Amino acid sequence: MSIAMITAENIVKNYGSVKALCDVSFEVLKGEIFGIIGPDGSGKTTLIRILTTLLLADSGSASVDNMEIVSDYKKIRSRIGYMPGRFSLYQDLSVEENLEFFATVFNTTIKENYYLIKDIYSQLEPFKKRKAGELSGGMKQKLALSCALIHKPSVLFLDEPTTGVDPVSRKEFWVMLRRLKEQGISILVSTPYMDEAGLCDRIALMKDGKFLRIDTPDNIIDQFDDTLWAASSSRMYALLNDIREQEEVLSCFAFGDAHHVTVPKGTLNLETLEENMRAKGHSDISIKPVRAGIEDCFMALTGRGSGDAGKTDRGNADREMKSCRKDPV
Amino acid sequence: MIKYLIEKEFKQIFRNRFLPRLILGFPCITLLLMPWAANFEVKNINISIVDNDHSSCSRRLADKIVSSGYFKLIDIAENYAAALENIELDSSDVILEIPDNFESDLTVTDKGASLMISSNAVNGTKGALSASYLAGIIRDFSAELRRENPSPQSAFIPVINIIPQYRFNPNLDYKIFMVPALMVMLLTMLCGFLPALNIVGEKEAGTMEQINVTPVKKHIFILAKLIPYWVIGFFILTLGFGIAFFVYSLMPAGSFLTIYVFSSIYVLIVSGFGLVISNYSKTMQQGMFVMYFFILILILISGMFTPVNSMPWWAKIITVLNPLKYFIEVMRSVYLMGSGFTDLFIQFIALCVFAVIFNVWAVLSYSKKS
Repeated sequence: MSIAMITAENIVKNYGSVKALCDVSFEVLKGEIFGIIGPDGSGKTTLIRILTTLLLADSGSASVDNMEIVSDYKKIRSRIGYMPGRFSLYQDLSVEENLEFFATVFNTTIKENYYLIKDIYSQLEPFKKRKAGELSGGMKQKLALSCALIHKPSVLFLDEPTTGVDPVSRKEFWVMLRRLKEQGISILVSTPYMDEAGLCDRIALMKDGKFLRIDTPDNIIDQFDDTLWAASSSRMYALLNDIREQEEVLSCFAFGDAHHVTVPKGTLNLETLEENMRAKGHSDISIKPVRAGIEDCFMALTGRGSGDAGKTDRGNADREMKSCRKDPV
Repeated sequence: MIKYLIEKEFKQIFRNRFLPRLILGFPCITLLLMPWAANFEVKNINISIVDNDHSSCSRRLADKIVSSGYFKLIDIAENYAAALENIELDSSDVILEIPDNFESDLTVTDKGASLMISSNAVNGTKGALSASYLAGIIRDFSAELRRENPSPQSAFIPVINIIPQYRFNPNLDYKIFMVPALMVMLLTMLCGFLPALNIVGEKEAGTMEQINVTPVKKHIFILAKLIPYWVIGFFILTLGFGIAFFVYSLMPAGSFLTIYVFSSIYVLIVSGFGLVISNYSKTMQQGMFVMYFFILILILISGMFTPVNSMPWWAKIITVLNPLKYFIEVMRSVYLMGSGFTDLFIQFIALCVFAVIFNVWAVLSYSKKS
């Protein structure tokens, strides 16, 4: 069962003085959905481009489907499917022509592997004469996925496949990914959306070219050992600053319609905080304990070790993140 | 595989709203209109005549000038100052001043007369040519007068008659000179510009990246990009032969085979050159401007419009490195002089060297960038 389909060891990539990837190592097993979760600019695309043989790493080694990414790059290319973050099919060819083109280019036919894309492509079939450039966002993405699958790859690389896609299509997309997983295809998917993390088998939290943690989503959440509260009052922005001023508070950031407040276990209790806030003149105060989500873990991990500065750092990380509270998958 | 890639390329070209029209329209417009417009013959020169003599002789000279077809009489000015004003207003290009006693000096006292030609030389070529045309007409006129009034002295003055013979272009028709050169320009644009921009376009659209993860080999991909434009290039060249024949009654004095062989080498050069540029360009805009920069310079110093021999030494050195120059030489000599391979050996070697250099460079820069 646990055959590694992707192994990466100590991958380093710099663009001039910018460190895009520092010492990244991980494994993706057969039939696993592995998510790389991180804000824009954290190195997700660079990592995927290295693994898909489009870019050379400065150092480190990696293999995909037991083939070395540098020496065996030609063989790898016929074994992987890659869907770049930007829609990159021929906009002036029709849906059918695009699929046919990629099938031919991989020396196969649509018929041969149709069973693999049937679920996805059947939704596109009514529009098969339409030019790819004239499709809606969700349909473009389905077409791109079909084209990436048409040669029956053993590993699928998806670079931010759900960025800029509506909530319903995003949900459908993840259902499709789970079906592909059942076919034994390993999937490496990157996303800036924290709420998609829970849909992966294992995730890697990534920031500034480093993996902060690799584990199952549940384990990552379980390891969150601070106390987490959701706080709200009538003046939300003042509340954010007032809570951040509390000495014991590790971090406080806006999270949907409440602020998530992290404090180390046993240092501050809920009533004291509420009392302090009332003293600052807040009314309608509501502070409730909540279960941590991946985003909370990410914030805690990125802020840890930077002391007081962590409070502001976390605020920045929060802004970088594309939160999708409004449309949870 | 490559067959399918080429098919895709043609599909995309013909599906494009603009490209097929450009491919057909550009050569037609260039070959049908440009030879008439881009013409160095100077015609319709506006002339002001200052006639201080008011004699039948001076009027006869004026008539002769106008009837030559090169000059348009703007006015007969009162004096030189009034005529100069016309030049300053740009309504007149050249002034001919006929002195007092012009007729009597010529025919009665027989001591000869002087005329003054003043020419506007803001456009140097035009200024010099109008003055020399005018001088030619006046020379004719004086010869005429001498025949009519043979004086005892003039009978002994030997007259040298110059009858120029223009080889290869007997009527000095500028169009015949331009048409073969314009074909070179067409090939340069269609086989150099278009495939280069097409490749940069795929880069920009991201499709290049999608192709890169497929097992398609790079050289196959590039070849599949070039072949359609080579086909189009030769189609256009053939179309150009047709236009040259039907519109300008121009048939190559040499053989078509020579032209086609040289064209194949030339097409390799420009597509190699285009590939080099596409390798260094990230966007269409960048590729376009770099290409434009080089093409403009190469055309201006190719000898297409102005002879290479009259360029300064440094420009001549640049022309040695200009493939356009060699191919234009080839086209003109095959078309007008009927040159064969043995006459064009230097050009053949030069073009082959360019083809090798550009294509090796293209291959090297390509692998470096990936």
